[in-house]
Amino acid sequence: MIALFWRDMRLAMRAGGGFGLGLSFFLILTVLVPFGVGPQSEILSVIAPGILWVGALLACLLSLDRIFALDFEDGSLDLLATAPIPLEGVVAMKAAAHWVTTGLPLVIAAPVLGVLLHLEGGAVRWLILGLIIGTPALSMIGAFGAGLTVGLKRGGLLMSLLVLPLYVPTLIFGAEVVKRGALGMEVQGVILILTAITLAVWALLPFAAAAALRINLR
Amino acid sequence: MASLWQYANPQKFLAVSRAVLPFVAGGAAICLVVGLVWGFFFTPDDYKQGSTVKIIYLHVPAALMAINAWLMMLVASLIWLVRRHHVSALAAKAAAPIGITMTVIALVTGAIWGEPMWGTYWAWDPRLTSFLILFLFYLGYSALWQAIESPDAAADLTSVLCMVGSVFAILSRYAVNFWNQGLHQGASLSLDKEENVSDVFYLPLLVCIAGFILLFVALVLLRTQTEIRQRQLKALEARERMA
Repeated sequence: MIALFWRDMRLAMRAGGGFGLGLSFFLILTVLVPFGVGPQSEILSVIAPGILWVGALLACLLSLDRIFALDFEDGSLDLLATAPIPLEGVVAMKAAAHWVTTGLPLVIAAPVLGVLLHLEGGAVRWLILGLIIGTPALSMIGAFGAGLTVGLKRGGLLMSLLVLPLYVPTLIFGAEVVKRGALGMEVQGVILILTAITLAVWALLPFAAAAALRINLR
Repeated sequence: MASLWQYANPQKFLAVSRAVLPFVAGGAAICLVVGLVWGFFFTPDDYKQGSTVKIIYLHVPAALMAINAWLMMLVASLIWLVRRHHVSALAAKAAAPIGITMTVIALVTGAIWGEPMWGTYWAWDPRLTSFLILFLFYLGYSALWQAIESPDAAADLTSVLCMVGSVFAILSRYAVNFWNQGLHQGASLSLDKEENVSDVFYLPLLVCIAGFILLFVALVLLRTQTEIRQRQLKALEARERMA
């Protein structure tokens, strides 16, 4: 299973792997927002955490169809499904590789892009904390959505429709962490709930995603 | 041995639903007409909210059915996954558009009610937001049914989506409550404020709710019949092509 993880990492890092795609999208989104909303720093600093979170969501979404579709098309997914490792493990390793190549760079880029959006200094550490805890959930939920739509030719938009409502709880609690932390309020409960969501998603969704993959591989 | 499961047989289901449908539909029509006319025209205006509160006779039953439709879809999906009864899967597929419509009715009537009440068509109140999220779940479910060609795979995948979606819908419900309470307890916009303490308002509401339930059952029966016949038609066409 570890070998699968490193394989996916290597594939993502290579030229056609789309490693920089999520980051570039994140950057472009951050640049576009002031054009739409206006450059006043007061407004931007209020909406900065939300924009960065939504940007992270969308950037994650972009690279999700790569998780299974490429392997599905050339038949590797069939081989993985019949391999001696559990399909749930395959899902987990692929989601982990997706997080390391997409979620983690987003976490690192967020404070940098926050400068562009006049993110308050006090909010930065809460944003990073929320993103570190929440982005793994995004990867796994996305893996579930990708598993549902893996056989479809133009399943990308459908996958977004399926996955984005599932992202809502993570988004809500992640944004709450930043909001409350920046105000100096009690934030421990929110962090615990966010962590609980991520852990529960990682514990349970691999089974749902594997079931969906088995259905699509029939 | 006669049991509920005998209706998993499509022919038996078609026979029974064809027999039952006129009565259910008739009951729905009677309850709806009686309830709505009674509620809209024969109840006094509320002292605080005037006559706008009467939209509650559309709003509350529609909202109830929106959630119950999803629950019915969940149960039907589980039955499909466990017992592989095609009628069950088709019933879930049939119920989805009805659920979507109920959700839209609830949202729109809520907006119409909200405008004179709160001065706004929309507020990011936990209930309204949860309904909007439910609407998105419904859309995703229907979209997945449309997108997949093999009917059995579509039934399986949408069943998995329904189950995962149900968990996330409940999670979102509480997340949204949490999200909107924040610092400001803005809950003067409570929609379930019991204005209807007296029977004057409550009884027509019950009749309307009964009407909506019967309407839902009638529509699901009708649409499931159509889905079954559509599948039979496809099978006949396939057989023709091979002959």
